[in-house]
Amino acid sequence: MTGEPGRGRWATVAIVGLIAATAFPFYWAIVSSFTPESRLFSAPRLFPDTLVLDHYRALFTEREFWVPIRNSLVVAGTTTAFCVAVGALCAYALARLRFRGKAPLLALILAVSMFPQISVVSPLYLLLRALRLINTYPGLILPYLTFAMPLTVWLLVGIFRQLPAELEEAAMVDGASRLRTFLEVVIPLALPGLATTAILTFVYSWNEFLFALSFTLGPERQTVPVAIALLRGQYQVPWGQILAGSIIATAPVALLVLAFQRRIVQGLTAGAVKG
Amino acid sequence: MGHTLFFAVVSVTLELALGTMLALAMNRAFRGRGLMRASVLVPWAMPTVVSGLLWKFMFDGDAGIANAALVKVGVLDQPLVWFIRTGFAWVPVILADVWKTTPFVALLLLAGLQNIDASLYEAARIDGASAWRQFRFVTLPLLRPAILVALIFRTLDAFRVFDLIYVMTGGGPGTSTEPIALYTFNSLLQYLRFGYGSALSVIVFVVTFALALVYIRYLGAGLTETKA
Repeated sequence: MTGEPGRGRWATVAIVGLIAATAFPFYWAIVSSFTPESRLFSAPRLFPDTLVLDHYRALFTEREFWVPIRNSLVVAGTTTAFCVAVGALCAYALARLRFRGKAPLLALILAVSMFPQISVVSPLYLLLRALRLINTYPGLILPYLTFAMPLTVWLLVGIFRQLPAELEEAAMVDGASRLRTFLEVVIPLALPGLATTAILTFVYSWNEFLFALSFTLGPERQTVPVAIALLRGQYQVPWGQILAGSIIATAPVALLVLAFQRRIVQGLTAGAVKG
Repeated sequence: MGHTLFFAVVSVTLELALGTMLALAMNRAFRGRGLMRASVLVPWAMPTVVSGLLWKFMFDGDAGIANAALVKVGVLDQPLVWFIRTGFAWVPVILADVWKTTPFVALLLLAGLQNIDASLYEAARIDGASAWRQFRFVTLPLLRPAILVALIFRTLDAFRVFDLIYVMTGGGPGTSTEPIALYTFNSLLQYLRFGYGSALSVIVFVVTFALALVYIRYLGAGLTETKA
């Protein structure tokens, strides 16, 4: 792992380049979101001289941006809570119980998680319309389960399998039922893993766009990504507000992910690199 | 369909090539790992809609910083309106996709790299293998499973690209950047041709499913036998 000093320098250059290339669009978006509209369309300047809050203010006073934020929180929050609660039970069964058809079932879950969303939009749309659920919260949460549930179960199976089985066996020898063992031994042990899973599910649900666009009709139920994508000005593209909205949309997921970064990297790569 | 294929091939190739280089670099770097991980995770975690819009803004004909920079450096004589010229519109779209997902590919490959036994490199060095030959004959073959996983993941994603193109070009100019997912979406909800749209959905599904089967064949075996 030592390598010659020259190659170490090459690696450093690559890393600095990566960080710069990643950070610049953020920097630029943040700066621009605080730049007055009139300045945005003159020659771009790397270091702005005037910063204003206009775009953020406009977003909340003129555009009622708190509505999509509330919608996103409700939809992503409910989806996550439901997925983790139900998914934990499924995943535990898949991780510990022996039953016929387990391997095909796991493969099926993996296959469903790779299902292209676009190919279920039309059946779901017709179904939701028949149930009168278009443009409602359940009308978004139910479709979200189609991609969030396999993801949750898949991640949790991996997490439960890593727990030592001896503790559970000990609990059951002491006369605890399966369910009690699960609730009092497994859940506390898997808490960090459950948190990571919840965050990933939340991030996916928060960012989802296609379903949110297809199954809502107006601003009253649109989620944040849809609201930003559909921001229109009367005469020109309201870039200042779009960027301000983008910062608001990114902040919660960015903070969550940064706070738990080490675990999330493990969770993301664990499932993929075993092969 | 052709657009989807074009997009998938170009962006996935770029992402894998860049991702491999980054993973190699990250594997060597000792300082700044935390910062690195942060800068890798945030683009991955942010909504695709947002990253699409960021890049669209940077490539805007009037206000975009990309034009300003390219004119200043002398690559362009005058600002280019990227999104109304056929062909040029792909540039920001592919850049945005590469920007958002290369770090993720690098993370997957990094995990693969860290599984490689360091003594193999030592043996190769003793045998007098150059850095390139070490990479070619030690790293690449051992990294193959990880590369394969990243490749299939990314191909599946690229194949169903929707958000990014919806906000960046809307499929335009004309339909020159319209991928299959957007075409299907428009048939369904714009023109309300549910039968036709559903037929398209089935095609997308079949193609993706075939790709996914390949994936499971390579990976699923490893996963189900891990602790059975």
